[in-house]
Amino acid sequence: MADTRAFLERGNLQSLIDTIRDAGYRCVGPQSRDGAIVFDTLTHVDQLPRGVTADQGPGSYRLGHGGGQRFFAWANGPQALKPLTFRPRETLWRVLRDRDDRLHFEAADAPVTKTAVIGARACDLAALYIQDKHFLQGECADPSYRAARQELFIVAVHCTHAAATCFCASTGDGPRAAYGFDIALTELNDGFVVEVLSSRGRDLAAGLETAPATPVQLEAAAAAVAAAAEAQSRALPAGNLRNLLFARLEHPRWEQVAERCLACGNCTSVCPTCFCSAEHEVPSLDGSHSERTRSWDSCFNESHGRIHGLNVRAATSQRYRQWLTHKLAGWHDQYGRSGCVGCGRCISWCPVGIDITEEAAAICA
Amino acid sequence: MPEPLTVSPYQPLEAEILERVPEARNMFTLRLRFTDPDVQARYSFQPGQFNMLYLYGVGEVPISVVSDPSDETVVDHTIRALGRVTRALGRLNAGDRIGVRGPYGRGWPMREAEQRDVVIITGGLGCAPVVSVINYVLRRRERFGRLNIVQGVKHSNDFIWKDRYDRWRQVPNTRVLLAADEGAALWPWHVGHVTEVFDKLEYDRRRVIVMMCGPEGMMRAGVHLLREQGVSDEDIWVSMERNMHCAVGHCGHCQFGPRFVCRDGPVFRYSEIEWLFGEKGF
Repeated sequence: MADTRAFLERGNLQSLIDTIRDAGYRCVGPQSRDGAIVFDTLTHVDQLPRGVTADQGPGSYRLGHGGGQRFFAWANGPQALKPLTFRPRETLWRVLRDRDDRLHFEAADAPVTKTAVIGARACDLAALYIQDKHFLQGECADPSYRAARQELFIVAVHCTHAAATCFCASTGDGPRAAYGFDIALTELNDGFVVEVLSSRGRDLAAGLETAPATPVQLEAAAAAVAAAAEAQSRALPAGNLRNLLFARLEHPRWEQVAERCLACGNCTSVCPTCFCSAEHEVPSLDGSHSERTRSWDSCFNESHGRIHGLNVRAATSQRYRQWLTHKLAGWHDQYGRSGCVGCGRCISWCPVGIDITEEAAAICA
Repeated sequence: MPEPLTVSPYQPLEAEILERVPEARNMFTLRLRFTDPDVQARYSFQPGQFNMLYLYGVGEVPISVVSDPSDETVVDHTIRALGRVTRALGRLNAGDRIGVRGPYGRGWPMREAEQRDVVIITGGLGCAPVVSVINYVLRRRERFGRLNIVQGVKHSNDFIWKDRYDRWRQVPNTRVLLAADEGAALWPWHVGHVTEVFDKLEYDRRRVIVMMCGPEGMMRAGVHLLREQGVSDEDIWVSMERNMHCAVGHCGHCQFGPRFVCRDGPVFRYSEIEWLFGEKGF
């Protein structure tokens, strides 16, 4: 495949999975399970969610079947790429205690599987860029994130089916993936426009049975992505909200949203940029060794702000304010941009349907 | 920056307790040394920085280092037995092994303090983070101007380290001011809030540096009063305390507005955080 834009017939999509697997990757892709689109190991196109759509709204996520032959007729599921690089639960290190009560610390060298993911969205890639900054920059790079990240091959799929909860056009992160992928696909009725960005993407795409994309196909692909941007009705208030939000820490809206917020942490679990984690001690029953584990945490949890004898964020209103002012304000100082990529997951998966765009608009009005 | 001591930023190194020094009820100092002599030789820190201390099978806790940075043989931590980990650490004895990783964070501005009058203010029992500063200044007395040590406690019975304060009072050019909200019989020092002794401070506001630690409400009141005395926010430094798990700015618990206390602090120039400091919920 010489040209960077080629066309892969729908019937040949299996060759992409095969080529990925032949290159030594575990292939991961979207599948319909338990009423949602989830990412899991993929060996055959039949596992893809053919014809499946995902209707989303505040506190609502329902799969449908109006997508015809399409595999990617949905915007997103609860997961982004986050679990692939920042594991929900992992062992950081372990320690052995010998007979003389001496301690021997050793790294938890969990094997890293080379993984290729098909179906990353523009919002997911924007989130990955942010998490890269968080975990890899500075003096203390996260070893397990770095190892997983280095072995991650990404096949993006430009979004052609925005959900009602999507607002990536307003954050400037989508629906077209502009960076961070190896290969990107745009799904049309009869197949996929294929573009490559990286040299390893080019090497891998060389093994695909493709034809040069025709001007008509390229135009249809561009139009489909543009339509997904047009279809978005939600938006975050324009511009950098940092100073506005930090100037409104006493806004009555914080208390109002806290009357609905359950402090359940669903929003932080599905947020592709949230990075909080808690460490736990897991001693063995025989006392010979102990493991230090880390699992995702949430600033909505009661324990998050606790120091001896005091919880700095005892009230739900304080926790919601901590989350939103970090995401949309403090993030600018720490990572050079807002921490919101417009995926809308926190809206869909909030049990009471709290809408970040609505709250931000009310507070910044 | 020195080379990291471990491959993973989260993984401790073994250290031995050389001595456990009781300080007061529920308070003790652990005198530690890394069991690997190479690690002990490479380890260095600044006053105000902290280590994560790990107790086998129990967990980790951030504790500031109180020994002198020029002492290459031991690393001291003064600990109050308050929580699950610190209470268990309090039951250890000489010869026991724990895990240590660090040092972390930004310490006190000792270089910036040279040639200036120094005011050190602590409230409650939170004086451990500034003991290192007091000792640092006393050991290098000629590099600094007048030294003011101010300590406030709730009740005079909470006052510890009387001997140290008596000793410090004897040092030339050094003023020690003590206050207790409630004083028992024979408490010879001020009864009332610690800020009430501020008018006895001796410093030149054009060349003073203030270092504070303690409850945030006390520090806010202290700053307020110092401002009235003409001290600039630029010359006031405070040490903050937040929940910490990773100590390297990854776990998110100590996020404070646009900063992580573990990495960007725990010591902050007051003018950097003034706009958010003391705001409930952050």
